Amino acid sequence: MDKLFKKSSVNPYLISFLSVGIVSLLCLLIRDKIDYRIVGYLLLVVVSILAIFLEIKPVLLAAILSALALDYLFINPYYTLHIDSAEDAFLLIMFFIIALINAVLTNKFRIMQKAIHIKETRANTLKLYNTLLDSLSHELRTPIAAILGSIDTLQQKNVNLSSETQQKLHNEIEKASMKLNYQVENLLNMSRLESGYMQPKLDWCDIKEIIYNVCNRLSEETKDHKIIYLIDENLPLFKLDYGLMEQIIYNLIYNCSQHTPKGAKIEINAKYDVDVDFDSHIDLIKKCVITISDDGYGFPNDEIDRAFDKFYRFKNSKTGGTGLGLSIVKGFVEAQNGTINLKNNENGGATFELIFNVECLSINSLKNE
Amino acid sequence: MNNGFSILVIDDEVQIRKLLEISLEANDYKVSFAVNGKEGITMAASHQPDLILLDLGLPDEDGQRILVKLREWYQNPIIILTVKSAEEEIVKALDNGANDYLTKPFRTQELLARMRTALRKNTIQNVEPITSFGNVSIDLTSRIVKVNNEILKLTATEYTLLILLFKNDGRVLTHQYILKEIWGQSYSEQTQYLRVFVAQLRKKIEEDPNRPKYIITESGVGYRFNTS
Repeated sequence: MDKLFKKSSVNPYLISFLSVGIVSLLCLLIRDKIDYRIVGYLLLVVVSILAIFLEIKPVLLAAILSALALDYLFINPYYTLHIDSAEDAFLLIMFFIIALINAVLTNKFRIMQKAIHIKETRANTLKLYNTLLDSLSHELRTPIAAILGSIDTLQQKNVNLSSETQQKLHNEIEKASMKLNYQVENLLNMSRLESGYMQPKLDWCDIKEIIYNVCNRLSEETKDHKIIYLIDENLPLFKLDYGLMEQIIYNLIYNCSQHTPKGAKIEINAKYDVDVDFDSHIDLIKKCVITISDDGYGFPNDEIDRAFDKFYRFKNSKTGGTGLGLSIVKGFVEAQNGTINLKNNENGGATFELIFNVECLSINSLKNE
Repeated sequence: MNNGFSILVIDDEVQIRKLLEISLEANDYKVSFAVNGKEGITMAASHQPDLILLDLGLPDEDGQRILVKLREWYQNPIIILTVKSAEEEIVKALDNGANDYLTKPFRTQELLARMRTALRKNTIQNVEPITSFGNVSIDLTSRIVKVNNEILKLTATEYTLLILLFKNDGRVLTHQYILKEIWGQSYSEQTQYLRVFVAQLRKKIEEDPNRPKYIITESGVGYRFNTS
């Protein structure tokens, strides 16, 4: 609420002045019918309410103003600050003290609340930071350890390694470097997303080409998997960001390849729905739907909702991961106004579904130009 | 085997220089180094290298400006090294006269292949009228393209596109460049045509259009023809 006042940029002193003023005037109209002590209570309530919403200084102003108003308008003799009876003087002093205490206490309480909030935010940040460090150091150190270990073995002087073993160690170094590169790439992408600088560069994309291109690049990672392509032959071109789409599909298929057992099926489906706007017949907006599903273990049901959370790693995950890959996917999908859904399949495994409502262009319309 | 071509590497990172020194010298290139743009330009003038490897992210000056300055008088190939996800930078550098690009981290085999292509292009000016690669043969004089010895039906645009790519074998061509060359200046942003025609051409000349061997997509930049 105090934010509300700040936002509306109304002067808080003016609010204090007006609240006390209006209540006093209203009471003045019925001064003959009510006891001045009732007015005192009413003004006290006004000061208390103000104390909830305003900073201490305007509340103090309200306390002083209401004491003056009470004295000047409601305590006999009227229209003078002079007070006849000792009882009334005592009452006025008590009124002022209670108003002050009210203001100060509320303020103190608010400061305490703020401190708790800051502490909580800090604790959360620290927790997130630790999780990040944890997973990062694991994900970065593992390949580094593999590289250093392989090199040490290759350099051992008194050991004769068969050329086959040497080849294996070289392969390990290569694989580890690629993994390291993938993680660094993800970190860079994450910081791109976080910076809010992300400006998708929309251009006509051949989704089929992107899917095959990515899968060819991932042929090493998916060599023990069976990839099934179910891509509509008449898929039109869609206006999307080529680079982001590549990264999205790369991360999803990479994710499948890392978290499913050998021999698992990965099914990639791309189709379009005519979600037509008949008025414009050239650049139709159509729905592009890409699904990637596997028949692996699926996601734990109680954690599936957190799959896209940044740095989130599943409790029983054996294969590790930084918890960056899928959150980048979500970020990149949303940057192009798309949506992504994840659900477990009834017969095992999971399905990612990407939906983009974007401009499209039928390939046949261009062919004969 | 590389006739002792001289290479100038302009890169501020000592590790990359070390790596390039070892791998290039092992392949019979003569290598010299500059650690910043200013030194690079001086050395290009004094050494007259056959090829320059230029890192776009130099400490003293914007790599693009160095590229433009070099191109004012330097005719031999320039290959730029750049960080990933900088497609716009790459396209700009190609427009500024770079012959090719590699994104860091790059593989040495890839670098050597690109260098060979760039140096070959620089020495051979004419394309043979009849050439074949893989299962494709092209006869430029009679405008006949055959796949597995069967004459291929190509539309005029498809043929022009294929020849443009083929004549620039091994080189990356940006979307804008291809569009301007084939469809004209006003089409330079109409990438949809390119996507469609590349897909069609792949269907006709590639054994597996989904795993193209000849027309390679350079993501966000353009296409590269590859016959080797």
